[in-house]
Amino acid sequence: MLALLRNQKVRGILFQILTILSVVAFLWYIGDNTMTNIEQRGIKTGFAFLDGTAGFEIDEAPISFSSSDTYGRVFLVGLLNTLIVTFVGIIFATILGLLVGILRLSKNWLIRKIATAYIDIFRNIPILLQILFWYNVVLNAMPSPKQSLEFVGGIFVNNRGLYIPKPDMNSTTIFVLTSLAIVFVSIYLLNKWANKRQETTGEDFPVIIVGFSALVLVPIVAYFIGGADFNFDYPALRGFNFQGGKTISPEFLALTFALVIYTATFIAEAIRSGIEAVSKGQKEAAASIGLSGYQALKLVVLPQAIRIAIPPVINQYLNLAKNSSLAAAVGYPEIITLFAGITLNQVGQAIEIIAITMLVYLTISLVVSALLNWFNHKMKIKER
Amino acid sequence: MTKFTKLSLAALALIGMSATAGTLQDVQKAGFVKCGVDGGLPGFSEVVSGGVYKGIDVDGCRAMAASVLGDASKVKYVNLNSKERFAALQSGEIDILVRNTTWTNTRDAALGFNFVAVNFYDGQGFMVRKKLGVKSALELDGASVCIQTGTTTELNVADYFKANGMKYKSISYDSNDQVLASYESGRCDVLTSDSSQLYGLRTKLKDSASHVVLPEIISKEPLGPVVRQGDDQWFNIARWTFNAMVSAEENGLTSKNVDSMKSSKNPTIRRILGVEGKLGENLGLSKDWAYNIIKQVGNYGEVFERNVGLNTPLKIARGLNAQWKNGGLQYSPPFR
Repeated sequence: MLALLRNQKVRGILFQILTILSVVAFLWYIGDNTMTNIEQRGIKTGFAFLDGTAGFEIDEAPISFSSSDTYGRVFLVGLLNTLIVTFVGIIFATILGLLVGILRLSKNWLIRKIATAYIDIFRNIPILLQILFWYNVVLNAMPSPKQSLEFVGGIFVNNRGLYIPKPDMNSTTIFVLTSLAIVFVSIYLLNKWANKRQETTGEDFPVIIVGFSALVLVPIVAYFIGGADFNFDYPALRGFNFQGGKTISPEFLALTFALVIYTATFIAEAIRSGIEAVSKGQKEAAASIGLSGYQALKLVVLPQAIRIAIPPVINQYLNLAKNSSLAAAVGYPEIITLFAGITLNQVGQAIEIIAITMLVYLTISLVVSALLNWFNHKMKIKER
Repeated sequence: MTKFTKLSLAALALIGMSATAGTLQDVQKAGFVKCGVDGGLPGFSEVVSGGVYKGIDVDGCRAMAASVLGDASKVKYVNLNSKERFAALQSGEIDILVRNTTWTNTRDAALGFNFVAVNFYDGQGFMVRKKLGVKSALELDGASVCIQTGTTTELNVADYFKANGMKYKSISYDSNDQVLASYESGRCDVLTSDSSQLYGLRTKLKDSASHVVLPEIISKEPLGPVVRQGDDQWFNIARWTFNAMVSAEENGLTSKNVDSMKSSKNPTIRRILGVEGKLGENLGLSKDWAYNIIKQVGNYGEVFERNVGLNTPLKIARGLNAQWKNGGLQYSPPFR
């Protein structure tokens, strides 16, 4: 027995088992203690509350919602709003971050300094303050509904939100939307073909110009084929507020704007470090074979820089998803406001509700990181 | 044993200890009452200059300290928002919650609490700008409504608008300050809350005279102190501490005359003040528990007038909170 203990391998395993056992015992003890305390204090447990009637209204619900719906549906509305903010935020933060990251390395002194100043300022202010700042700026800078700013095409802006006309779903609308979908798929395929052609023959194809023209022209053609009959639901001031059309709330605008501005600074830095990590020789080699500055960036530098930048950018996407939980400060109805806020207070089952909410963020983060790890794997240099 | 295993065993032993003595014994041992309050609500619980807490809820905390410990200043205040308050009471972080909390069936039955009494009969109302020209809540169809989240407020608004066939747009905020900032900037037409809070919030607005509280009261909001279920002694003490203040007013006992009233011939007064009878001992308290409350905190009427009454910025009339003899609802069971 003692000889066995002197065996280093056996001892190693023994201590690992002991460690695991003590961790399990610790968790079990906490769980058991919690359950006993809950029982003693007569607090209700379980998930039956999800079927209970919510009894309150949600103004900004992507799916239909009324006060007679259940807490389960409240959860769904909150989840969808969280996903919407995260999705929109990631897209704009990526575009802005990429742009600023490249501009920061510009040869133009002014552009370079502006990009640097932007990054240094917004990266170093806590995100919660930025959200509150933009929200209160939006509210106080915009006029009241009666003095709304009106733009061409029936767009209105006031301190209750941004109001845009919404087209009815008739044949013209459907034609235009379908044509747009087709154009996007075509551009994707065209790009793939152009890349392949360039790899084999070295000839360049102006994908951006062709793609952009198609994006403008095809929907116009589709509009006339579809009967040239757009029927808009225009927003109009009735009573206290604008009715009709599509509303984008100041809460959503401020939250998304703040998240994009904040996260883009980190993405820009990741892109910059990626570009700087590409050795100087690569750029010189590109120049020596006669590639223009833009071509060198697109064909030689960026493909290598992106590989380096992907892992830190993944982290920023995850941060954005988690930071969206600060929406509660400005009343945007996402999962923290609706579920871990209003629902929790009405039902009072803190452990269940917080556990569900944590699970939601965990799932979102794991899915995003799995997707991007797959992308990262795909983008890796293929060793032949 | 490795250092790690030693440590984890020590940690286990620490967590194993749990306090199971009654709340009264815990409080007496600690020497102070841990009292959960809002901390930012004028008239109810507010920190005024010098870090002193003031308000009708704060006086509820002080009365508990006076009756249990004989000294109204032995209170440790914990500021809680509407989301934190229930978890804080459930977990034992506070001994009593006096935070303008509405007594509802769910809170009483499903959350493991007991509501002690009603220290303020309130009801939800609406505040709008005067220049809107709105005279009644029934004219609010289509309005945007600012709500502080985590209260019964959301439910009452939904019910009221539904019952009257009206629509509204709601924006719920976490903090009272953001609700007020948004209302002031014009994000919403209406601010809704318990009407006592509306009067308090109105005093914080820049131009408070240009805002009006509409006459409709759309809900019953009996606000009161809350304790944990399952400690009947502590529950009784809390309930009779409040009753002592109501009875004191009914019998003409005030903080000013309580010393001279000790020699009163009236048997009810003699029982309240502990000159005769064993009411204090029955509760597990000293003989002069109620005397301490009245002497140091005052009777219910004094507390009301000092914090929210007509001579304060809130200017709230007694209304439902008057003594039952004067047409109100404040009524204490007899002291005998």
